[in-house]
Amino acid sequence: MIGFIVKRIISSIPILLGVTLLIFILLHIVPGDPVTLMMNEHVDPDTIVRVRAQMHLDEPIFVQYLNFIWDALHGDFGVSYKLNRSVATLLLDAFPNTLLLAISAMIFSWVVGVPAGILSVVKKYSVIDYFFMGSALMGVSMPVFWSGLLLQYIFAFKLGWLPVSGFNNPLCLIMPAVVLGWGAAGTIARLTRSSLLEVMGNDYIRTARAKGLQTIAVLFNHALKNSFLPVVTVMAIQVASMLSGSVITETVFSIPGIGRIAVNAIQTRDLPLLQGSILFTTILVILGNLAADLLYFLLDPRIKNK
Amino acid sequence: MESQQQAIEQSQYLEESFFAELIQSFKQNKSALVGSIVLVLFISAAVLAPFIAPYDPYNVDMSQQFQRPSAQYLLGTDMFGRDILSRIIYGSRISLVIGLIPTLISMVIGTILGLVAGYYGKKTDYIIMRLADIVMAFPSLLLAMVVMYTLGASLLNIFIAISMVNWAGTARVVRSQTLVLKEKEFVEAAKIMGVKNWVILLRHLFPNCIPSLLVLFTLGIPDAIMSEATLSFLGVGVQPPMASWGLMVSTGKEFLFMAPWVAIVPGVAILIVALAFNFLGDGLRDALDPYLKQ
Repeated sequence: MIGFIVKRIISSIPILLGVTLLIFILLHIVPGDPVTLMMNEHVDPDTIVRVRAQMHLDEPIFVQYLNFIWDALHGDFGVSYKLNRSVATLLLDAFPNTLLLAISAMIFSWVVGVPAGILSVVKKYSVIDYFFMGSALMGVSMPVFWSGLLLQYIFAFKLGWLPVSGFNNPLCLIMPAVVLGWGAAGTIARLTRSSLLEVMGNDYIRTARAKGLQTIAVLFNHALKNSFLPVVTVMAIQVASMLSGSVITETVFSIPGIGRIAVNAIQTRDLPLLQGSILFTTILVILGNLAADLLYFLLDPRIKNK
Repeated sequence: MESQQQAIEQSQYLEESFFAELIQSFKQNKSALVGSIVLVLFISAAVLAPFIAPYDPYNVDMSQQFQRPSAQYLLGTDMFGRDILSRIIYGSRISLVIGLIPTLISMVIGTILGLVAGYYGKKTDYIIMRLADIVMAFPSLLLAMVVMYTLGASLLNIFIAISMVNWAGTARVVRSQTLVLKEKEFVEAAKIMGVKNWVILLRHLFPNCIPSLLVLFTLGIPDAIMSEATLSFLGVGVQPPMASWGLMVSTGKEFLFMAPWVAIVPGVAILIVALAFNFLGDGLRDALDPYLKQ
């Protein structure tokens, strides 16, 4: 068992390295010199040369990459061109906000998605089933930025129940969490439904029914536990994708998180900041997927006992 | 020769029954049918845009700024007095192109790499699949954002960004199917007869992947449309004054509380088209998955 965990962790190292290399190459083939872009055109050439040397941009790209990895391993992501602060500090300041948003969205998606999926099975092919499955499909088909604006218009402007944006009181979290969690809730509901339906076709369910148990009892005592395996795994993967998907939600609701930093960095062409925020998020996603794999392993006794 | 003939006949038989079954199951699946109808409307709007748009989508008329939806302007006007309905009709062209072309490119790349990886195995497989792992590990929106940062915002670069992100999923599916298919007798037979590898890939393996590719393609289109809308919303996609739905929502958001229709209406268009494709994709999957059909 420990062997599997160690193997799985080791196998994610090349992926991590590959991802850093991909980010690095993509960001460093930008046409034009980053220093010139950053300082406008009216700077004397000597300054440009000096700043380039300061940022090690005059070295071969391979050396730059190794430096970058070495520094990143030490928690040093460089200094933001525009804000002139350490990228690591900026990211660590913003991370709790993104995490809080992702956790709230996750809780929303579970609280809504799981019961919706179960109800759809209990009332299979009824109005409730179609309603939930329709909403789930809506969740996937709705652009996140648009549903955010729609909620802002209805709940903040028309009804005045919730603050439009900001991040200074718990009420501010409700709309962003719903917007970010809606799609995930839909996926969870659909998966819960299909997985539960599959389990309900098994022999031991027929046995449970044959001994006279009510549908509800069969569902909760026999079927649910077994149908949860794929659902739990997807939940873990979704935590990761929410951390990265929060980019748009943070932009719409002005939440000072990692996603906002990344978008601002693109707009101001702040290379170290963009590089740092993307790398940070991607590592989180990879770790999230790793956690999902390990969770699956721990939950499924069939794999565990092998 | 005979067995090759047989294999061809068999694949023709497969194709016929495949389409017959598809039509049969679509007759029963109302949401897929509704999805198809919406899509026909969407595609006709895109193709016939100059003929059906009531106004010029780029015509600025400040005296008509922020008109509410009315008989004159069915969906109202935006901050420059441009007719929103006309802009949505023209915007459908961008969405259609963005939906089709990058999805097609990424499917072609993914199919070729998936077939090659699955068929040749060993090192080739290892390298291609690790590459796919890396791309899949990368949150797709962030990857697209990085590509747009590097290449600059333009329609062509959106093609590149979306294609670069989406091929890996296709490659995985095609590879896993190829792994199963290459053990089948008809591949074995073709090999013994000395059929060239690329012919086996193209004539024997590829046709068997078409049903899954069709589903992936249908579900990939709304994804691509959504990616374009999101990139444009974040300001790294289509640039003004082009009428892209995502960009329309983005510019309209400044006036959300004053003239909500400017931002909300284009979003409805995205929602309807994405929903239609998802209905169709789900319908296709149900129709093609014998396991689910039971």
